[in-house]
Amino acid sequence: MSCIEQKKYKILLEKTTFKESREYIEKNSDEVHYVSPGYKIFNDYYVIGIPPIALGARGNALLFTYTKPCHGTFVLTIDDEESKKEINRLREMENEKTTASLKKGKPLESAKASPTRYEDIWKK
Amino acid sequence: MTGAKVLLMMGCPEIPIQTSIALYLSHKLTNLGFDVTVAGTDAVIKLLKVSDYDGYYVKKMVDLDKTLEDIIEKRADFDICFAFMHNDAGMTYAATMSAISQARLYSVIFGRNAETLAEAIEFDTEKVVAKDVHNPIRLKSKLDKVMEGIAK
Repeated sequence: MSCIEQKKYKILLEKTTFKESREYIEKNSDEVHYVSPGYKIFNDYYVIGIPPIALGARGNALLFTYTKPCHGTFVLTIDDEESKKEINRLREMENEKTTASLKKGKPLESAKASPTRYEDIWKK
Repeated sequence: MTGAKVLLMMGCPEIPIQTSIALYLSHKLTNLGFDVTVAGTDAVIKLLKVSDYDGYYVKKMVDLDKTLEDIIEKRADFDICFAFMHNDAGMTYAATMSAISQARLYSVIFGRNAETLAEAIEFDTEKVVAKDVHNPIRLKSKLDKVMEGIAK
């Protein structure tokens, strides 16, 4: 999971709780996508945390949480070609889920490691 | 449950009772016939290796993040998990385990903020709570009762 440490990231929030990190992402992103623990970003980093886990997009930058056992949770951001791809992937997965729901005529049950619409979280 | 795979998932080792309880639990469960693995950070593993130099109490030690990765990728899983925690990060790891694993989860919550932390837990788990930092006896007694239950 430490591959993230080798990438060019910026720390937006440090040594805080997971809940505060989620709230920060929700308040400071243009769009928010929700995933389950174990969702993989940047090829080999598995996002962990208390579901639903928020991933934010601000322009082409991806905002995400990073938890270290002795230092708490951090909000990191990466703004590069890969983050752009990750944001597009989240949008595509969300669209696929919506299309599948329409075909079946009912909402899909939440699947592991699949993004969830921001509005849906608060409807439940 | 003999032969069942048990994971002891360690948190940050700054609270002294964690290492002693991990050694105790690993040894007791192994003697009861469980297949015990201890997962932790580098610091946790070093503390355990120095404390148990000949590997008498802990037979298997693995990296915490690598273990989660293996469970997420379905390369491994456990029947029972004891998630140790005394801070928010520990709870974050336990919540992750609750979501990705089939294991029956016991949250072992200790340290000065144990009660507040226990109240904040919303995932499905059995809580074993002791507001202790230096004295492991109360937590040991509570875990003895849990072990009696799972050994049946």
